[in-house]
Amino acid sequence: MTQNIVEIDNLSFGYKGRMLHQGINMVFPRGKVVAIMGGSGSGKTTLLRLIGGQIKPTKGEVRVDNQVVHTQTREGIYQLRRKMGMLFQHGALFTDLSVYENVAFPMREHTDFPESMIHDLVLMKLHAVGLRGAHQLMATELSGGMARRVALARAIALDPDIVIYDEPFAGLDPISMGVICDLIRTLNDALGTTSIIVSHDVKETFSIADYIYFVANGTVAAEGTPDDLIKSTLPFVHQFVHGEKDGPVPFHYAAGDYKQDLLGYEV
Amino acid sequence: MIKRSRLRPLRTLGHGFIKRIWRLGAGARLFWLTLISSGESFRRFHLTIREVYFTGVMSLIIIVVSAFFVGMVLALQGYNTLQRYGSSEAIGVLVALALVRELGPVVTALLFAGRAGTAITAEIGLMKATEQLSAMEMMAVSPISRVIAPRFWAGVIAMPVLNVLFCMVGILGGYLVAVPLIGVDAGAFWSQMQANVDWRLDILNGVIKSVVFGIACTIIALFEGYDAPPTAEGVSRATTRTVVTSSLVVLGLDFVLTSFMISL
Repeated sequence: MTQNIVEIDNLSFGYKGRMLHQGINMVFPRGKVVAIMGGSGSGKTTLLRLIGGQIKPTKGEVRVDNQVVHTQTREGIYQLRRKMGMLFQHGALFTDLSVYENVAFPMREHTDFPESMIHDLVLMKLHAVGLRGAHQLMATELSGGMARRVALARAIALDPDIVIYDEPFAGLDPISMGVICDLIRTLNDALGTTSIIVSHDVKETFSIADYIYFVANGTVAAEGTPDDLIKSTLPFVHQFVHGEKDGPVPFHYAAGDYKQDLLGYEV
Repeated sequence: MIKRSRLRPLRTLGHGFIKRIWRLGAGARLFWLTLISSGESFRRFHLTIREVYFTGVMSLIIIVVSAFFVGMVLALQGYNTLQRYGSSEAIGVLVALALVRELGPVVTALLFAGRAGTAITAEIGLMKATEQLSAMEMMAVSPISRVIAPRFWAGVIAMPVLNVLFCMVGILGGYLVAVPLIGVDAGAFWSQMQANVDWRLDILNGVIKSVVFGIACTIIALFEGYDAPPTAEGVSRATTRTVVTSSLVVLGLDFVLTSFMISL
């Protein structure tokens, strides 16, 4: 068994003539919480989709459990995905199913467990995220934070080796954010999984991640432990971590001469 | 040198044509993938039955009410014409033939496209927009076999059943107008119908038409939803396209099928 469960090697990806990533290298050691951070549109979620085999890289490769993802057949990719659980940005719960049925969904699809076992497992997973009492509610009756927690219970339903989190803190109130934060770390340690988090929420991510990659301009702009990055003097990291409005990421979108734009208006 | 603006209409036309060819190919690909992924729909038949309820049973009211009125109007119009030629007893056969050969399959398909087709497109489009289909993919569950195929077979099963119901209720509506209201003899109404409606040439051909319309309407609705841009506007446009495309395809196919059936 290799030390790293996911390895991204010299990866480039682009579409419609525009390169989004160029020569990215990352490793995700087993049992760790690793975060990918960067501004909006920097291609963080695309990296998750490359890891999940939903899209193919233009160059380089992604290996999951020592297998190259994009050379797999459809069945091979499905086998790899059974080792993964994914928490989508807004939960992506099945709205025609109840909370209970959402969590039971992967079990019903991939196992022959008897109904009594599914019942116990679903309630255990929901108990782990604090929502055992909500198992009869429909997905549409949940708040944003609750939906995210149910989606987390569904993501860990089959005890995956890797749990992928796409913007798990986006749009949550401070209490829900704290709950999700705590759950990610606790479940990671309790289940021995590897967690990959994509986020731009500095405080929460820094509080739970073991290692962080900063993505900017299609490359890994910086990497290190949260302590290393807080002390970093790299201009991009400094601007991002301290939330400064101007810096290497400019406040203004690229535009022509301001004076010319104002005075050169012709009816 | 030709100005670029002069070429713009040609470019727009070419772009539209290529886009339509591309969509036709993508639709055919989805149809093929649905057929080869249908095993799950039959192994776990409860998934298909559940969709039969949503597409078929939930369409019953609009089908039954429409059929009743269509049958009554047919009887009124038919009697008005037939009595001029002294053949008002043939009203039963006129209503029955019009329904089982043409109006039953076609009107059922048009109503199905408007009621169930739009619901299918909106549901699949919203599942895509809210990442439910991506979530399924990431759980190593194929959305084609879990979501698309059961809905497809539900549509194919529901359409002929709805068509048969439409014809039966339509004939009942025609009977109520022709016999108790106008006073046509009940025996003549039923016996002429029995003597002149052929099992294979009329009833079976009508059912075959409805199966073909079921395949067309359902796959169009599914494709439009599956291909919809994941935005509110995208889903709304896809839903509109489902009704327009299904209606045109049903009317076009009806002509083609009728031509074949008459020539055989």
